[in-house]
Amino acid sequence: MTRFQQLIAVNEARRSRRRRVVNAAMLSLTGLLTLMALVPLFWIIGYVIYRGAPVLNVNFFTQLARPVGMHGGGVLFAIEGTVVLAVLACLFAIPPGVLAAFYAARNPNTPLGIALRFSTDVLAGVPSIVMGLFIYGLVVVPMKHFSGFAGGLALSILMLPTIIRTTEEMLKLVPHTLREGSLGLGAPEWKTNLSVAFPAAFDGIITGFLLAIARATGETAPLLFTALGNERFDIGAIIQGGIQAHQSLFSIIGRIVNQPIDSLPLTLWTYAMQPYQERIDQSWGVALVLMILVLLIEIAARLWIEARKRALQG
Amino acid sequence: MQTKISVSKAATAEAISEIKVAVKNLSVYYGKFRALAEINIAVQSNQITAIIGPSGCGKSTLLRSFNRMNDLTPNARMEGEIILDGENINASGVDVVDVRRRVGMVFQRPNPFPKSIYDNVAFGPRLYGIRRKNDLDEIVEKSLQQAALWDEVKDKLHQSGFSLSGGQQQRLCIARALAVEPEVILMDEPASALDPISTLRIEELMHDLVKDYTIIIVTHNMQQAARVSDSTAMMMIDEHRAGRLVEFNETQVIFTNPKDKRTEDYVTGRFG
Repeated sequence: MTRFQQLIAVNEARRSRRRRVVNAAMLSLTGLLTLMALVPLFWIIGYVIYRGAPVLNVNFFTQLARPVGMHGGGVLFAIEGTVVLAVLACLFAIPPGVLAAFYAARNPNTPLGIALRFSTDVLAGVPSIVMGLFIYGLVVVPMKHFSGFAGGLALSILMLPTIIRTTEEMLKLVPHTLREGSLGLGAPEWKTNLSVAFPAAFDGIITGFLLAIARATGETAPLLFTALGNERFDIGAIIQGGIQAHQSLFSIIGRIVNQPIDSLPLTLWTYAMQPYQERIDQSWGVALVLMILVLLIEIAARLWIEARKRALQG
Repeated sequence: MQTKISVSKAATAEAISEIKVAVKNLSVYYGKFRALAEINIAVQSNQITAIIGPSGCGKSTLLRSFNRMNDLTPNARMEGEIILDGENINASGVDVVDVRRRVGMVFQRPNPFPKSIYDNVAFGPRLYGIRRKNDLDEIVEKSLQQAALWDEVKDKLHQSGFSLSGGQQQRLCIARALAVEPEVILMDEPASALDPISTLRIEELMHDLVKDYTIIIVTHNMQQAARVSDSTAMMMIDEHRAGRLVEFNETQVIFTNPKDKRTEDYVTGRFG
């Protein structure tokens, strides 16, 4: 035995015991804290299900609101409104967002590219109610009425930073050699972006869209001064009326987006503020529907991306 | 292997002295830094010309000059001439798209597009306006056959290009380059990411292709240069870190009787 080995052998047993104790203590601590972090999550989900599930029935999904005092009725208007608002927001946010991301990814160090990156970061930090106020001044006041159009516009501004940044990051991940392969065949820059870089980054870009949609779908504040809310919103009636009056598709769409519109979070907020027990119960149901909707979007996206990945790998 | 080389040499003998690409006093700058200095090379038609030299000596920069890929690097600037069939491709007014169609490129790592095998090969022809399915089918089959890949993929043309092995992917990239009927094919270490068997297949393929095309290849692999090429350009950096041509000659001369001491040291592995 060397001198060094003799020295460390003296304390071996004590140090080994101490190590085991500290290890066990730290492991328990991290486990406990993990549990504590998970508690609010499951508490929220569990409580929303507990309060919301009893309200859910077929009518809840298929009927419009009934006047207070009449039992039953549903929130079809809010589900339709949420979908309309999401579609509008995507229409307004995705084309400029993707094009801006292409610009930023290809020209990161130009003045415009730097300005773009800086302003998307700032925009991402702006409180969502400010977006609503902005659109109120820009659109609602000149139009002199609230509308789905204004609501969609407010949500689209909210979606822009997420779309631009995720798309930009995904485009930057496309290997340089792939772009060179296309440019080397004589393809122009736009063609390379459109038919090589974009498909290569597609999964990530779509994930970014869905994140943005999920976030926008859950927002209330930007809609308060823009979409306002509308318990009488009924897409079916609008379309039916339009067809009977032989209106063009364009004017039917115009009528859908030109009137105040509701959404699930907006309805949740309005219902929860009312002094009627049934409305309050229904607001829990709305919360549950909203949660399920966002969850479904996420799951669908995951499944779709997995399927695409498998298809790509043959 | 040995017989193959002699076949290739014999095949090209009649075309000898026909210069396909002439590089005259070419210098390439990245900003103020001169990466390539005063390069002069004459690439013979229907031959394989190898560019060898230690890392960072500007081999790839030189190769990328042949189809103006250096244009894509910010701040890159070229001086001197690259004369392709009597026409200076560095001249103003030259259509870069046309240059890149005539001078195709195969990269170090296989880089198939995230598309089907068919669409990978059809990408180039579609770029130049070929739309009819029959025409495209014909081009795709011909290109894949030339790249010696047809038999392996003819039943799964609509599967993703990523489903192929590394060597197959590289041959797919060669087929993709061939589909626009280039005159010159540039290969930037085309086998360095591949296993020995795939490497051998690529080399055999080069021997077949050189009957119809002019090939310029950058390689780190001395044996590969000796095996496949007819002429070899040896490059090295000078004291200002600019890449310079040390020696350009028939491959046999470069490897058995080099004129320059540095070439001899490098090809015999005595390079520090």
